[in-house]
Amino acid sequence: MELIFQKSVKRRKGVDVTGPIEGGVDSLIENNLMRESAADLPEVSELDAVRHYVELSRRNFSVDTNFYPLGSCTMKYNPKILEKAASSEGFSNLHPLLGFYYPEFCAGALELLYRMQELLSEITGMHSTSLQPLAGAHGELAGMFIVKKYHKAKKNNKKFIIVPDESHGTNPASAAMAGYSVVTIPTGPDGLLDIDILKEKLTGETAAVVLTCPNTVGKFDPRIKEICSIAHEKDALMYYDGANMNAILGKVRPGDLGFDIVHLNLHKTFATPHGGGGPGAGPVGVTQQLSDYLPSPRIIKAENGVFRLSFDEKKSIGSIAPFYGNFSVILKAFIYILLLGGEGLKDAAEKAVLNANYVKKSLEDFFDDPYPGRCMHECVFSASSQGMAMNIAKSLIDSGIHPPTVYFPLIVKEALMIEPTETENIQTLDDFIKVMREISELMKKNPEELKKAPVSMPVGRLDEVGAARDPDVNYSS
Amino acid sequence: MQKLPIFLFTGRVHLETERGYIMTTFYTENHEWIKIKGAAGVVGITAYAADQLGDITFIELPETGYVVQQDGFLCEVESVKAASDIYCPVSGEVLDVNEKLQDSPGLINSDPEDEGWIVSVKLKNPEETKSLLSQQDYEEYIKELGQ
Amino acid sequence: MLEKIGVSSAEKLFEVIPQELRARSFSLPEPKSEQAVSEEIERLLSLNKTGVRNFAGGGFYNHYIPAAVDFLASRSEFYTPYTPYQSECSQGTLQALYEYQSAVCRLTGMDVSNASIYDGGTAAAEAVLMALKIARTRRKIIIDSSVNPIYRNILRTYTRHLDAEIIETECAKYRADRQKITSLLDKDTAAVLLQNPNFFGAVEDFSDITAVAAQTGAVSIQLFYPVSLGILKTPGEMGFDIAAGEGQSLGIPLSFGGPYLGILATRRQYLRKLPGRIAGAARDNQGRRGYVLTAQAREQHIRREKATSNICTNQNLMALRALLYMSLTGKSGFENISKKNILAAAGLREAISTGLKDSVEIPSYGTIYNEFVIKLPVDAREAVSMMLRNGILAGVPLGDFYPGKEKELLVCATEKNKKEDFELYVNTLKSVLEEN
Repeated sequence: MELIFQKSVKRRKGVDVTGPIEGGVDSLIENNLMRESAADLPEVSELDAVRHYVELSRRNFSVDTNFYPLGSCTMKYNPKILEKAASSEGFSNLHPLLGFYYPEFCAGALELLYRMQELLSEITGMHSTSLQPLAGAHGELAGMFIVKKYHKAKKNNKKFIIVPDESHGTNPASAAMAGYSVVTIPTGPDGLLDIDILKEKLTGETAAVVLTCPNTVGKFDPRIKEICSIAHEKDALMYYDGANMNAILGKVRPGDLGFDIVHLNLHKTFATPHGGGGPGAGPVGVTQQLSDYLPSPRIIKAENGVFRLSFDEKKSIGSIAPFYGNFSVILKAFIYILLLGGEGLKDAAEKAVLNANYVKKSLEDFFDDPYPGRCMHECVFSASSQGMAMNIAKSLIDSGIHPPTVYFPLIVKEALMIEPTETENIQTLDDFIKVMREISELMKKNPEELKKAPVSMPVGRLDEVGAARDPDVNYSS
Repeated sequence: MQKLPIFLFTGRVHLETERGYIMTTFYTENHEWIKIKGAAGVVGITAYAADQLGDITFIELPETGYVVQQDGFLCEVESVKAASDIYCPVSGEVLDVNEKLQDSPGLINSDPEDEGWIVSVKLKNPEETKSLLSQQDYEEYIKELGQ
Repeated sequence: MLEKIGVSSAEKLFEVIPQELRARSFSLPEPKSEQAVSEEIERLLSLNKTGVRNFAGGGFYNHYIPAAVDFLASRSEFYTPYTPYQSECSQGTLQALYEYQSAVCRLTGMDVSNASIYDGGTAAAEAVLMALKIARTRRKIIIDSSVNPIYRNILRTYTRHLDAEIIETECAKYRADRQKITSLLDKDTAAVLLQNPNFFGAVEDFSDITAVAAQTGAVSIQLFYPVSLGILKTPGEMGFDIAAGEGQSLGIPLSFGGPYLGILATRRQYLRKLPGRIAGAARDNQGRRGYVLTAQAREQHIRREKATSNICTNQNLMALRALLYMSLTGKSGFENISKKNILAAAGLREAISTGLKDSVEIPSYGTIYNEFVIKLPVDAREAVSMMLRNGILAGVPLGDFYPGKEKELLVCATEKNKKEDFELYVNTLKSVLEEN
């Protein structure tokens, strides 16, 4: 499909925002401060642009159009009232600096943020929560800065962050950005952390242990409390990566288990749309002893009941985003929590786990199961004895199903990570199971056929090697 | 007979190919090879390593004159699905780099132990080669890895 | 389903979690109907002051958003997928990102752009981290205090724990201290970070500083305001190595602080040092052109602790909005908006200087874009508070960011502020000052 730039026709006008410009700008700005010629943006009519982008949109699979069991991403349905509320002018036109100076003029927005802090603290079992981080990885970074600040205040000499080998890549990357080295712990054959190696590697120089719980192979570690106390004995903090929180809403709270820091992914657990890869929001919650270190500013409720900002620059890690986080994402998650209530959230976790186990049970005779037994909200298969996970993924596309996560976690060969989520019904799951079984048969009978997939999309398999060797990332002509 | 890079010492190393030159090749557990002649060596990664990485898409070569310790960081290679650090089998100074890899990193896949060479180094301490693996040792080592 | 799995209830699936690990409390509200939630949101909305005439900028601007931006960005197919890992069924998102990157390059005069990051502040921080990687052993970072103070705060948080030294040069008369910056640039300088137009709206040509930076081997970074680049000299033309900016002005609502858009672009040679997603063109087996996420080996999911950054997703929907904005307004429309802003600020400045010449001082510091400083006879915070009661957000008080400037106000006008608004602004401020 042509690019918008290729549809450009000289002097064709798009949306007229300003009307004719009266008087030039020459008297206001010197020539040497101006660009040589106008930026070469597209010259298309509004209709040209609308057709182009509507056509582009049709080249995407999305939650609203396709089953999307992308593991570790919690692609649940996003109720439409979330979008409606976020587009209300009273929120969308609100200038963020109002909060800094004149809280009484944005009292509704501040009340919402304050209540959200409280709700998330209760959900995670933490003492307090900051909504400032702009995505999950950003929440992790805030968490790592908090770890750093804590040990600095205690004059601890800490150098290492421990992560399991099944962890998300963001965990070690965030640790490195805070200046820590990373120690990796292997996962045992039961899908759980090798606790003996953990004990051996956990020293006085360990700053924190980062765990996803249930972990990325879909297992809940029943020894988690023990792990927390081993870490605490060495004054290492326990960090909870909330990517898989959807599995345990209302059942387990990281704070009760002994975790010190938690980040959540509102776009996963709390149904805010993923936007094709952002915006997300990654609130971070902490125990009481760490609460002063949270990013600044925080929203507080004054004695007179008025909501306002509190800046505590001295103890806080500082600000990691300009204001209070991705407000409209937080707003959507807030509405989702109000809709479901406590019972609804618990119910969501139960259905998510039920759906995942149903898929696991239905496919375990067809694909290798590296970690047998029940799973939490997602299940991981290995395609290694049959062929390549990639071929399965691409064949699913031809059946109108978005593929599961493939090649993650890295410790499972030819991994297929399936997370159906609670919002899918049994008919959708049965269709998916049927297609997966057919693909499994095809892999035995005619594996060559699978290598051609997908055939129903505007393009076939793309040459990623060629693209990465000589990157063409900017259209020039 | 296979082409092999050899060295002529004229203050700076030139890499040329000639028939029948005898050289000693050593390997590391990190899957680098080094072919040594006198006080200089040519370094690259093994066919096994290239295969594990998949199609190489990019290599960030060190600068000539870069001083490196044995097992120290030499450079990085990238494929579509992986990135890997290459370590130097010996201590020394980088004399020359294989500029061809800038435009054709795929040479590391197609011909890892010859045209896909990465750097040549001036050895600081030839004794260090004692700690390296012979070809036979290395072949056994990767056989074990496969099991 | 339960039968298939072999359990009597969904709760049984949680058996693996021992009772003593179960939640001690989960005290959340009762479920509510959609209508009830809707009413609750209406109540919160009614507590915000609406219909305010906005003259505040400070990096976050009140621009008109063409209707088609909202319409197209609200298509389910754009806002409900995730990161386009599976390229064949994500060509819509991927091509849009490729177009976004191309438009950003055309706007900034840079060679390559990533697919966006969180916001302008984190873009600035990532640019500095990128410079530290490019400059290897160099550790000094020079930043002028005319760079947005909100971003300087974020930068401090990001670099506090690293082996790097930040030197802030004090701006002089609302402009970067060129002499000081040039004298500080040395063999240990990794980066110099400047902003144009700067926080006070002053427009500069930093070509001389980038030239000195290039000579000493330091990476030069410019923070930019996208709408201004409709007419202003680009980071590329000035010789900057990295351009970072807040893209909120490109069709993204203010939304009380986010989500916004971090734009990050650089020279071709630094492509492999860029953090975040990058979309690239590729061919399929039949030679058809398509798009993929490329150069992924830079990223955390592959390189883990050695990645260029920990960033995972981009700010995709916001990047799409920026692309839609640039495509819909187009070459001449975008330039017109840019011109309208400089004209609007000039109009407001003129109105204030005529209407309030006895009480308000307007310091002169050369060419400004759409913002400028005024000095009031009273505390600026208080004046703004009183103005707000009359429905006008009069600007950004500078005292909290710049001690000693408590009576100074940063005032902004965009294409949305009309001549009538300027008169209203002057008259309201006049009566506020008289009351005092």
